[in-house]
Amino acid sequence: MAVSAALALAPRLRIVPRDPAGETEALLGIGGWAAQFTPGVAIEFPDSVLLEVSGSLRLFGGLESIVERLRRGTTELGWSTVLAGAPTPRAASWLALAGEQKFIGAAARLEEALAALPVEVLRREDETHAALEAIGVRTLGELRALPREGVARRFGQRLLDDLDRAFGALPDPRNFFAPPTRFRASIELPAEVTQAEALLFAARRLVVQLAGFLAARSGGVQRFALRLGHRDQATTEIAIGLIAPSRDAEHFTLLLRERLSGLALRAPVRAIALEADDVVPLAGRNLGLLLEEGKPPGHWEYLVERLRSRLGAGAVHGLASRAEHRPERTVASAEPDSRQPHLDFGERPFWLLDRPRPLAETGAVPHYEGPLELLAGPERIESGWWDGGDIARDYFVARTRNEALVWIYRERRGEGGWYLHGLFA
Amino acid sequence: MAFTGDCAVAALLERPDIWRGDSLSRAGARGIPSGFSGLDAELPGGGWPAGALTEVLPAHEGIGELRLLGPVLAALSQRGLWLAWIAPPHLPYAPALSAAGIDIAKLVIVRTASAKETLWATEQALRSNACGAVLAWLPKVRCAAKYAELRRLQIAAEGGRAPVFLFRSPEIASESSPAALRIALGTAGGGLAVRVLKRRGTPLTHPVLLPAMPPAVRGKHSNPHVDRHPVPATAARNFPARFVHA
Repeated sequence: MAVSAALALAPRLRIVPRDPAGETEALLGIGGWAAQFTPGVAIEFPDSVLLEVSGSLRLFGGLESIVERLRRGTTELGWSTVLAGAPTPRAASWLALAGEQKFIGAAARLEEALAALPVEVLRREDETHAALEAIGVRTLGELRALPREGVARRFGQRLLDDLDRAFGALPDPRNFFAPPTRFRASIELPAEVTQAEALLFAARRLVVQLAGFLAARSGGVQRFALRLGHRDQATTEIAIGLIAPSRDAEHFTLLLRERLSGLALRAPVRAIALEADDVVPLAGRNLGLLLEEGKPPGHWEYLVERLRSRLGAGAVHGLASRAEHRPERTVASAEPDSRQPHLDFGERPFWLLDRPRPLAETGAVPHYEGPLELLAGPERIESGWWDGGDIARDYFVARTRNEALVWIYRERRGEGGWYLHGLFA
Repeated sequence: MAFTGDCAVAALLERPDIWRGDSLSRAGARGIPSGFSGLDAELPGGGWPAGALTEVLPAHEGIGELRLLGPVLAALSQRGLWLAWIAPPHLPYAPALSAAGIDIAKLVIVRTASAKETLWATEQALRSNACGAVLAWLPKVRCAAKYAELRRLQIAAEGGRAPVFLFRSPEIASESSPAALRIALGTAGGGLAVRVLKRRGTPLTHPVLLPAMPPAVRGKHSNPHVDRHPVPATAARNFPARFVHA
């Protein structure tokens, strides 16, 4: 139909030029995602993906289960699909082209199902289709009933070969698609988006595709990035790092949600892209036969990643202890779950102040919420002359008038004086 | 008014969020031993409530709020369970934690910028069901946490078995709270006095006294009523010092 005719029928029609490169990218994306169901994935340009599933039926619990997963998955990816199955790849793609959502298991039923298909599924040049129409051939069955020599002479041997491949009379080997080693997928948004949170819906499609891609490679990623494309400005990149490799689409979506909800967009977004470079092997998890005694079932990695995605990476950390006598250098923040040496330092408070707080002194008695009573000490710590951060202090355990226990020291250099350094809590 | 079905009532009484005033504890809800037998005897379930909020109201900072939790945190971390510390007021000092038997590798410290973030992070920690215990320090401000927000935390806590300790200021003792246990901490006779403000069961009128003192100080307090004069600093100077030269 001409554009002018279409516009006459529907004046509000939006005309979008066809984007062959985009179609190819989409098809490859679906292929990469679908490789999680079978290693035998072939792309049939411009619009089909063929999966060799006979070897995967058992693993996924039968054909119906696979078809259901494919249907749900492609919907999540944002595509509407026609799924069909047959013993030969050509027959399957023809059934799908004809819009027949049929799954033919036995070769014996193939004949009948194919015979009813219209000849348009052959996708020949216009002249061939015109000639077929002129001789009154509308279905594959009618075409096959014609004498073979005549058909070969008139339409070429390749047409006959195609038919034979579909019916299983000739072999039809395919080149299987090898998924790329890095993941990259993008979506052009139908309209410019100004609210970061609204991007999540589109981003989720890419995340599902990433999860399928990773499942196909039995891998996971430890970092991925969502790029937001603007009209005039440089892209905004949202990088997400994980503690442990994962391919959990739900978890990825949660992390993106936290990051997007806190994001102020510099400019409207026109396109989004998801990228993941380093795919690392991710073994399946072995589940114990019995639940581990008393272990909570949640993933602590997920918790840490979730908190970090909202509060910032530095806001969530573990503790490390160092073999160092200066109290303020004994602890450092570290990744949680890093093994620590066990060091014995003697009496130390539970809380250490960020910086020592000077205390008033009356009659040689330090005051903090009233006069302090010294209970234990002194413990002299003199260390650090080699790096310029040297200290010389006498530490005491003291009790406040409120009966709280504090850790104080008397400075032994310079002007001296008392300082509060910790609380025993 | 007569109940039409005894079964319905019985089923209702089985609910974990319903307790009867005349019984101290239900057999189903076992607590997590606090490490202080005197305290365990007074807590329903024989320990800190699991999967429920415990509010800790120290009279002031440094009174012994962490020494009280030391044994339970040590036991949980040694079983490989995670301890989430949300919005602690100062840096938790690793050597002291190690000395108390807490495996510091199992600590996750979360720093937040506002009360809202603290509540959010606490709820996430509870919902994730990945922690052995969750400790959260709510800001000192009155009304920092509304009843509804605490109720959300309580519901999130019920999804797991972790004890949840909320540190709050003693001024809120009169406010109502959905926490299963509320305790106020004070001192008496050089030890820690735990006053149970609320528990599931009959109210407790007398405080529980605990010998929660750091080891170096403990020896000095065989008789807390004598020897209360501050040691003059000049005298302290003459103590045999533990020298550290490096």
